[in-house]
Amino acid sequence: MRAVPVPGEGVGSLIAVAWRTRRAAWVRRLRGNAGALIGLGLLLLLAAVAAFGPRLAPADPYRIQVVDKFLPPTLAHPFGTDELGRDLLSRTVVGARISVRVAVTVLAIAGSTGVVLGTISGYKGGVVDEVVMRAADVFFAFPSFLLAMAIVAALGPGITNAILAIGIAWWPRYARLMRGQILSLRETLYVESARALGAGDARVMFRHILPNCLAALFVQATMDAGLAILTTASLSFVGLGATPPMAEWGSMVAQGRTFILTAWWVPIFPGTAIALTVAAFTYLGDGLRDLLDPQLRSRGGV
Amino acid sequence: MWAYLARRAAGLVAVLFGMSLVTFAISHVIPADPAAAAAGLNAGQEQIEQIRREMGLDRPLVEQYLRYVTGILLRGDFGQSIMNQRPVLQDILTFLPASVELALVSLILCVPLGILLGTFTAVRAGRASDALTRLLAILGISMPVFLVALLLQLFLYKYLRWFPPGGRIAFAVGPPESITGLYLVDSALTGNWAAFWSALHHLGLPAITLAIANLAVITRMTRSAVLEILAQDYVRTARAKGLREPVVLVRHALKNALVPVVTVLGLQLASLIAYVFLVEVIFSWPGIGSYAVRAILGLDFQAIMGITLLFSTIYVVVNFLVDLTYLWLDPRISY
Repeated sequence: MRAVPVPGEGVGSLIAVAWRTRRAAWVRRLRGNAGALIGLGLLLLLAAVAAFGPRLAPADPYRIQVVDKFLPPTLAHPFGTDELGRDLLSRTVVGARISVRVAVTVLAIAGSTGVVLGTISGYKGGVVDEVVMRAADVFFAFPSFLLAMAIVAALGPGITNAILAIGIAWWPRYARLMRGQILSLRETLYVESARALGAGDARVMFRHILPNCLAALFVQATMDAGLAILTTASLSFVGLGATPPMAEWGSMVAQGRTFILTAWWVPIFPGTAIALTVAAFTYLGDGLRDLLDPQLRSRGGV
Repeated sequence: MWAYLARRAAGLVAVLFGMSLVTFAISHVIPADPAAAAAGLNAGQEQIEQIRREMGLDRPLVEQYLRYVTGILLRGDFGQSIMNQRPVLQDILTFLPASVELALVSLILCVPLGILLGTFTAVRAGRASDALTRLLAILGISMPVFLVALLLQLFLYKYLRWFPPGGRIAFAVGPPESITGLYLVDSALTGNWAAFWSALHHLGLPAITLAIANLAVITRMTRSAVLEILAQDYVRTARAKGLREPVVLVRHALKNALVPVVTVLGLQLASLIAYVFLVEVIFSWPGIGSYAVRAILGLDFQAIMGITLLFSTIYVVVNFLVDLTYLWLDPRISY
């Protein structure tokens, strides 16, 4: 569907055509990437479940009915019931929204802090750069799970603090990414010409440099969204994140793990939900990177 | 080279100093009442006051920090565990060998296999088996380690009965005489083969779980490193010289691919530590992870901070050593 520009239509339509061909090439490449498609499909499903969760859930996820405890998966309870007789399908469905919220909040905290600090650091250079980057080195030096664990322990257990802690532990990733992007973009011709035309710092930064960093940022965020869910679930698993009865997937696995030998469905279904979600983000992130990184592309789509 | 080493060592010290500032902030500044946090939930007012005096929390922050750091450096003072009133360091040293043994056995399982799989998929890049391995590798990365652990417990213990469900050694056998604290080594040294087999048997599930968790990352990394090197001119030269493919692969490609692979192994230690925490809980493995989770559940703040600081230090030092192995792995790097 490559359109040929008609002479005399002006620059605007040329750009439109260029954009359309570019988009078509994107779609083609995306189509050739099975992993990215699987990821995208799973994420659309997740988004739908998160959006309509409470309405989709066949039963009240928090309703305790002890007589129905440990029912294996049947038509009435497709995922079975847990030790308190709660419907596991409903709990897993409701958990999707919690997980999406976790991913978004962690990325918002780590991303905004990292982007702001990394931008300043890369653009200003000098002492500011030195201070920010050495601080990033220090945070990077910690195994991030341990750092998050210690921060939650200091703040007090709970899902909000767990999210906050992961955000704090992860900001250097974004700071480094942004700084690297800015350092390389700062020297490009179009930035130079914008400056020559009299654009100020802020204008160069926000109109010319930032938009060109978005692709790399987006790939990193996609990959990290899954990891954020996984890390929060792990913190919940050791008792630092969500607390019962919240239908958070990690906490559901933690509560259910003691029943693995007698009622396997209690921990396995929420655990599988975590695995699929994380895999979806990783597949998509992996595919997006191949798509957006021209270097990888020329190598024949590694 | 010595100038390089000195510069790196200085960087290491700077990072460790920064880390001590962060852990100090977490333990002394973030909590609303650090003394209450350190004393634990069930502490009475008297205990809290005592800890406030011990930690010098009424003193200026700079003085508190100096006291904190000198305590760690000079006396190995990571505070006292609330659970059992023992110094945290002593607790850590008690539980460490079990975790080290578990981590080492899992690495022996997954490192050679991961490098083999990675090389294999790189050679077959673009074919169906490669695509499949890549899809599986991402799935492996995405599986929460606790889910892997539970699935193995279900299949390898409940249905197949290949391994015991948890614990470190059969109760009837009892632990071997302690020399290194590693049961396999101790029992082999003392010729206690009953203990050796029991320990090995108990290592099965947790070690396989950890190995699976790391296998995917090692495979992916090796694949991309080998792939990159196979595209180099010197590989084409080697082939043009008429060297056989296995020789090209092992002597030329794999050896050079090891630099990024070793780097990733060093960084992977961070996940390994996190995985050990989760896996030990599920398999009732009496190591540092189980200890840490008990500390968390008991809100034993001092123990948590001690573990964080100690393991973060180990992580940094290991990665420093990994950097140094480049000098040996890649003679071109001379600095």
